[in-house]
Amino acid sequence: MAPRVGVVVFPGSNCEFDVVEAVRSLGGDAELLWHAQASLGDVEAIVLPGGFAHGDYLRPGAIARFSPVMKAVEAFAAAGGPVVGICNGFQVLCEAGLLPGALQKNAGLKFLCKPVVVRVETDTTALTVDVRVGTELRIPINHFEGNYTCEPETLAELRADDRIVLRYTDNPNGSVDDIAGICSAGRNVVGLMPHPERACHPMLGSTDGAPLLRSLLVRAGALAA
Amino acid sequence: MRFSVLVETRLRAGVADPQGATIERSLPALGFDGVSGVRVGKAFRFTIESDDEAAARAEVEDMCKRFLTNPVIEDATISVESNGPA
Repeated sequence: MAPRVGVVVFPGSNCEFDVVEAVRSLGGDAELLWHAQASLGDVEAIVLPGGFAHGDYLRPGAIARFSPVMKAVEAFAAAGGPVVGICNGFQVLCEAGLLPGALQKNAGLKFLCKPVVVRVETDTTALTVDVRVGTELRIPINHFEGNYTCEPETLAELRADDRIVLRYTDNPNGSVDDIAGICSAGRNVVGLMPHPERACHPMLGSTDGAPLLRSLLVRAGALAA
Repeated sequence: MRFSVLVETRLRAGVADPQGATIERSLPALGFDGVSGVRVGKAFRFTIESDDEAAARAEVEDMCKRFLTNPVIEDATISVESNGPA
């Protein structure tokens, strides 16, 4: 059976169909999960997609973390289930406390929408098991609030525990330590600002996002087995 | 008792504030010289019903911690003023 990925839709999400399409093109099964539902059904991985959940009112992710579905996502993550937050999804995971730190306005105060190069820093997370450390991937970013920041102690912990998943090779937004993505202590929850789902077909200019989402499917499949 | 509340949130000291920095850089162009330390934040005004001022303040502090601020990058100042009996 193809691994089943649940893609959470908040009011204001706008990348959910891109994720569904990318997952299906990689051989996975994908379904949309409305934010107001309290159960995740029988999915084996969760993606929180990009967009502007709840209009990004107050702060990106600040209101989305209280959506009913998030309790189920927290329980799924606590049980070791793979959870990936892309862009706005990363912001939601930080606000929900599933990942440490916060994403604030880009250092240059510009909305950034362009391909960037990120380097894979660890191959033991839900998003990178199928990629070699040191691999450079060309994937688009599309954000105003992608400037990752955290307490110095948190950064030291992320470094010591090898939890920085992706680094920009040319930091576009001022993120501390060039961080483009991090993972939880359990390595099953991953947040990243770049959009791998937008780099999964040659027609989109890059297929470099495919190995990341394929990694998620590998993890989801392992859970199913 | 009903209380008027003003919560002001801002980026914590030491957290870069690109909006504040940009505003600060723009001011001299309009002839406002000598301005420094510009920080941009948000203000929330609302009323709350509570037994007394201490209880109202405690509730607003909890609200700030769990919702109105992101404690990783922001902090808040709270003013609570009595409006008399509800």
